Amino acid sequence: MIKKFFTRGYIFLVLAFIYIPIFILVIYSFNSGKTIGAWEMFSFKWYGKLGEIGDVVLNTVLLAVISAVIATILGTLGAIGIYYSKGKLGKAVNGISQVPVVNSEVVTACALVMLFMIAGLAHRTLFGLYVGHIVITAPFVMLSVMPKLKQMDSSLYEAALDLGATPTQALFKVVLPEILPGIFTGFMLAITLSLDDYIVTATLAPLGYDTISTAVYKAIALTTDKASEQVPIYRALTTIIFILTVAVVVFINVRANRIAKKRAEAGL
Amino acid sequence: MAEQIKRKEHIIELIDLMRRFEDGVVAVDNVNLNVRKGEFITFLGPSGCGKTTTLRMIAGFDKPTSGKILLNGEDISKLPPNKRPINTVFQRYALFPHLNVYDNIAFGLKLKKLKVTYENEKGERKEKIEKLKKWEVAEKVAKALKMVDLEGFEKRSVLTLSGGQQQRVAIARAIVNEPEILLLDEPLGALDLKMRKDMQLELKEMHRKLGITFIYVTHDQEEALTMSDTIVVMKDGVIQQIGTPTDIYNEPNNSFVANFIGESNIFSGTMVGDKKVRFINSTFDCVDDFAKNEKVDVVVRPEDVELLPEGEGKVNGTIISSIFKGVHYEMVMKVGKSEIIIQDTVEKKVGEKVSLNIMPDSIHIMAKEFTSNKYEGYITKHNTVCFGDGEFECDVTTLYPGSIVDEEGYLVTAEGERLDLTDVDVNVEVGLKDIEISDDAEAGGAIGNIVSIIYKGDHYQLIVRTDENEEDFVLDTEYTWNENDRVSVIIPKDKIKLTLKEEVKR
Repeated sequence: MIKKFFTRGYIFLVLAFIYIPIFILVIYSFNSGKTIGAWEMFSFKWYGKLGEIGDVVLNTVLLAVISAVIATILGTLGAIGIYYSKGKLGKAVNGISQVPVVNSEVVTACALVMLFMIAGLAHRTLFGLYVGHIVITAPFVMLSVMPKLKQMDSSLYEAALDLGATPTQALFKVVLPEILPGIFTGFMLAITLSLDDYIVTATLAPLGYDTISTAVYKAIALTTDKASEQVPIYRALTTIIFILTVAVVVFINVRANRIAKKRAEAGL
Repeated sequence: MAEQIKRKEHIIELIDLMRRFEDGVVAVDNVNLNVRKGEFITFLGPSGCGKTTTLRMIAGFDKPTSGKILLNGEDISKLPPNKRPINTVFQRYALFPHLNVYDNIAFGLKLKKLKVTYENEKGERKEKIEKLKKWEVAEKVAKALKMVDLEGFEKRSVLTLSGGQQQRVAIARAIVNEPEILLLDEPLGALDLKMRKDMQLELKEMHRKLGITFIYVTHDQEEALTMSDTIVVMKDGVIQQIGTPTDIYNEPNNSFVANFIGESNIFSGTMVGDKKVRFINSTFDCVDDFAKNEKVDVVVRPEDVELLPEGEGKVNGTIISSIFKGVHYEMVMKVGKSEIIIQDTVEKKVGEKVSLNIMPDSIHIMAKEFTSNKYEGYITKHNTVCFGDGEFECDVTTLYPGSIVDEEGYLVTAEGERLDLTDVDVNVEVGLKDIEISDDAEAGGAIGNIVSIIYKGDHYQLIVRTDENEEDFVLDTEYTWNENDRVSVIIPKDKIKLTLKEEVKR
């Protein structure tokens, strides 16, 4: 009984540490005052000012979606290529392709800066920023697609060929639908990573071009009036992002449960 | 002309087909085979015998290292699988999980392109490539589903089907394309026994209805015997025998086939006269004609051994085990050193003294490739070896590499262990050219009479048979001897090859 109490208490503590800061942020996003800790009155004031940071949000979302789409295409093709390449070369390429996953982002960012310089391209361009985001996210797409390929019954591809499909048709009609969950996971992962990213964005983004992460950093670090004025607006934005995330997670879980239930009813 | 007609009947011809994998393993070695149109042919063999690789090469998933695959006389070995009029039923079905039953079966049909000739407004005959129309696909799918007894399953997800139903969908998906050849790779392996038996009959029936060629791969000899017109027995990438199920069962080519197809007793025997063979210390009449004194393998099926009360049959022995197998009892009878497996519906108790008889047509005799004399022997306390009714000098250090014999007669191994080899059982092998014979009875290790002399072109092959246990020494010699000469057998110390039967206990 006591043991149970301690186990539960421990879990409660862990969850509290994770969620209390977020809840504080959420609560104070409805405060009409600027500072956390000094409650003035309930208001949607900061939500009304969200438009002020609209360009930053747009920058972030565009960057995340476009780079994630490209990274997903590249990563998926890469995974398929490695999976079907035989012998030592395939193994070597597979190993090398996983290095960026564990590699520090600073290294990637600096390496890209040097690469652009050597290639004679201008530093701090939009193109460079997108390339940087694709480079850091594509390996994660590969990482989530690869297990799906390995789980797939290898004779499925052969069965498609056997039934008259060309290798390309077999890829699109059989292999891709089979690994689609992995591709989707990879895409979501790429979006999340891109949304979160600070280092690569800060290093490669054109001057004056901000995403949420760089803008928040500037708002906190710089003490200019305009920047500090914006801090509470980011609280409102964070609250919205948090609620959206919770909604998505709940939706995915409910859906998964429903599918599992259906399968159980079908006798599987 | 006759050659051409023959060609036409052969839908598939494998010519010197060879497949060596990247790691150097030869999976299929020089296979030559003709498959007749409409035939149900089965590749049978243990796992790793090359049967699946052969099938994969016919399907196009694997490319031969050398050799040709002819389909209706044309080489298809370079053609990709999607260009071959051949469909496959895979071992684990390989159904597409994201498609329902209908879409799985229609997969091939939807990809199919037909050349259609039509007349345009000007009355010119034109050719165009067309896909099958929706109703045509639906009609064909419905027909295929009916064929496999799955009407009404169109909208079901393949994930919700049982193993047997998935199997049926896999078959329907293959036959709906109306292939010239259907390949089946152990398709019943994942089903339970009862279902397997039902499916065997159904497949056979389907083969009859469709009239196309079935090429089947299995390691289950019963399955092969039940369904096939022709069985190809394979081992280590080499074809051992091609024949009808009856042929393969009754007239196996060699001891591997005899052993693999059904249960069998295989004995080493010697022909002792016109259609007379001697094995398990007794002479039997048989129907196969071999030269006198030829060494042969004798195959007797367990169900062909007749059990009689003691003294009434040809050979007496004791039952040493008896197991009830449902339809019959499987008993093992010990005769001298040999054991004989017998199947009978009447049980004899363990320990019971019985007698056996074997009818001449139940004894199948196969030529033995005789390359060396093999004996079972033991080491004496003087470090000599006893076998073939004699005692011979030998080099016991060959049993353990790097060993030596110390002054007291113990063997000291390379690791420094001292072993006493007295009474250790060994296998002895002596080449035909390594045996000499002498008139001097004291000169050699064993004594016997020459019972056979065969002239082999440039030398004679003699058989010397000892008195006591009738052990035979087969030897090649250039000198002339006479039958019934009494001789002693001399084998040089270094020509006796010894191997341990089992590791010596320390």
